[in-house]
Parts: sequence; C-alpha cells; structure tokens
Amino acid sequence: MLRNSLLAVVVLVMGYMFYNVYSNYETRTELTGISQHFASKGAEEVGAANIVTAIVVTYRGFDTLGEVTILFLTASIIAFFLKLKDEESEIQIKHQNTSELLVTASQILIPIIFLFGIYVFINGHLTPGGGFQGGAIIATGVALMIMANPNVQINQHVIHWVESVSGVSFVIIGVLGIVLAGGFLDNKIFGDNLGEFGTLFSAGAIPIIYSFVGLKVGAEISNILNKYQKSQKEL
Amino acid sequence: MENFDLGHISLLIGFLLILVGFWGVLTQKNIIKIIVGFTILNTGINILMVSLGYVRGKTAPIIDDTVAQVGNHDVSASVVDPVPQALVLTAIVIGFGVTALMLAYAMKLYNAKKTLEINKFNDLKW
Repeated sequence: MLRNSLLAVVVLVMGYMFYNVYSNYETRTELTGISQHFASKGAEEVGAANIVTAIVVTYRGFDTLGEVTILFLTASIIAFFLKLKDEESEIQIKHQNTSELLVTASQILIPIIFLFGIYVFINGHLTPGGGFQGGAIIATGVALMIMANPNVQINQHVIHWVESVSGVSFVIIGVLGIVLAGGFLDNKIFGDNLGEFGTLFSAGAIPIIYSFVGLKVGAEISNILNKYQKSQKEL
Repeated sequence: MENFDLGHISLLIGFLLILVGFWGVLTQKNIIKIIVGFTILNTGINILMVSLGYVRGKTAPIIDDTVAQVGNHDVSASVVDPVPQALVLTAIVIGFGVTALMLAYAMKLYNAKKTLEINKFNDLKW
C-alpha cells in the first residue's frame, strides 16, 4: 500500500510536469526550417507524392538503413536467445484444436493479406504506407498462419534468402547512388528524369528501395514469429 | 480554451497514455503486463511526437489533387510537419524490436522458473 502511494506520487509529479508543458503549448501555424524545405522542394527534388516517404528513404536514407539493421539485430538476438537444443527435432506438441472458423478464414485471408502487404510497400511513395508497414502486414499473414495451425512448418531457407538478398540489394542500390547520382542512397540512379509525378514508376529508386525494405522487414518479422513458434517445443 | 484544437487533443492523449503506461510498468507484478505497460508508454510517446508536428488546419503531407499547391507541387502552405512523422516511423520500428526482445526474455524467464511473477525473480536481491 505504501509502495503504491509512493508510486502514485511519482506519477502525479510527472503528470504535473506534463501539465505545465501542455498548458504552455500553442499549436503551430506554419512550417519552419527544414520542414519548410521538405514541403516546398521535396516533390521537385525527390519526386515522391508522399513527403514522409521522401524523407525516410532519400533525405534520411542512412537512418532507414540503420533501422533495418536494428530489426535484423533484434531477429538475430531472438534467434540466439531462443536457440533450441535440438533444432531439427520433430517433437510435435499437442495443441488444442484450432477452431474451424479460424482455419477456413485463414485459407481465404492469407493470400489477400500478402497481396495487400505487397500493394502497400510498392505504393509507398504515393499513398500512406511503405516498406515497414507493408512488411508488418505480410508478417500478420504469417502470424495468422501460425495461429490457424500451430504445427505449420515455415520454410526457413526461403525466409533467410529473401532477407539476405533484399538486404544486400538495398545496400547495392545505395552504392549505385554514389556511382550514378549524387551520393549514397540518392534516388536519381535512372537519371534526372524522375518519371511522371504521382504515378507508380516515379520518384527514381524509391519504389525499388522500399520494396526491398518491405521484403526484408516481412522476412525478419516472420523469422521472429517462427522462432517464437519453434521455441514452444522446449516447454 | 479558445485555442483548443486537434494538436491539444492529441498532446493530451499522448501525455495520458504515457502516464498510464508508466503506472502500469511501476505497479504491475506480471511480466506480460509490464510489457504491455511499456508498449502503452511507447505509443503515448509516438502520439506526442506526431502531435508536436501538427500545424493548425493543415492536412497530411501526401501530395494529391485535393491538397492546395503552388507552382511545382509546393505544398508548404497546406501540410503538417513531415519530419516528426518520419521520426516516429523509426521509433515504431525500434519499439517493435524492443517489445519482441522483451517477449523473448519473458519466455526464457518462464522456462526457468515456470512463473511470470516478477517478485519470484529475486536471485540478485540481498
């Protein structure tokens, strides 16, 4: 009881600090500084209709590379941490029967979810969404697959190959940017003509980079889910 | 309250979620509930960052025909700040990684002691 009341005091003090910030907050009425530049020149310089994508993939492309690396690191640590004593053992734990509804629905939904994920990352430069979101949607399909059939075998080689190939391609496109355009991860690798604004084949290398990011993120999250699923065998 | 708008609402929700998440992390005894507290805290911070980029009465930074433009797709007068949104995209991914790692640790801890009660893990306590 004493502990909880002390914690309540901590949270209340924190809330008071937040209240001061909140009461002094005034909504901005115009863009300033670098945001002003991105909003006014972004479409011209990068050619992407979604300015957030332009920032994530081109202006701050290094950061995205680091982000993908962090995801890879997470997947590696989880793989290391949940390492099975006997990786190939075919022990099948007996799960409760999954409901008929889930199994049937998953058969219809999984292809549609994959297709939607691919749509989201291919159109990342035009619509809300992009590689990370599309990858996460693809991984939801994998999660549904595991929920519908807890003993499903996911092909690890496919996941590893997709992950490695898309990661390497991302870096290769970045290096091509140095050779053919202004610098690492520059999107003008097909020349200064960025294509017609607002169409699928526009914004130079952005759709390609974001597709690789989407594949990589999807493969990594699926890998994490796969590790979680497999480590159930040890219980 | 004459200037109460979307920015204030999302700022308020962000602060509230941070407090709720913080309270959950501090008071809960079950490891899974602590992890849920962390994700709520994380979401609150993300909403806070997005709301700081809000510009009154402006729309999302995606250029199409419905957004007022000047010259060669210059939308600086009609969109909100895109930079915090790009930063939050990074933060969400990091948050995902942290949550996945915490769940893996929780799994290992459960395997070690067959319980998720945080008070039972007192090996380093003296």
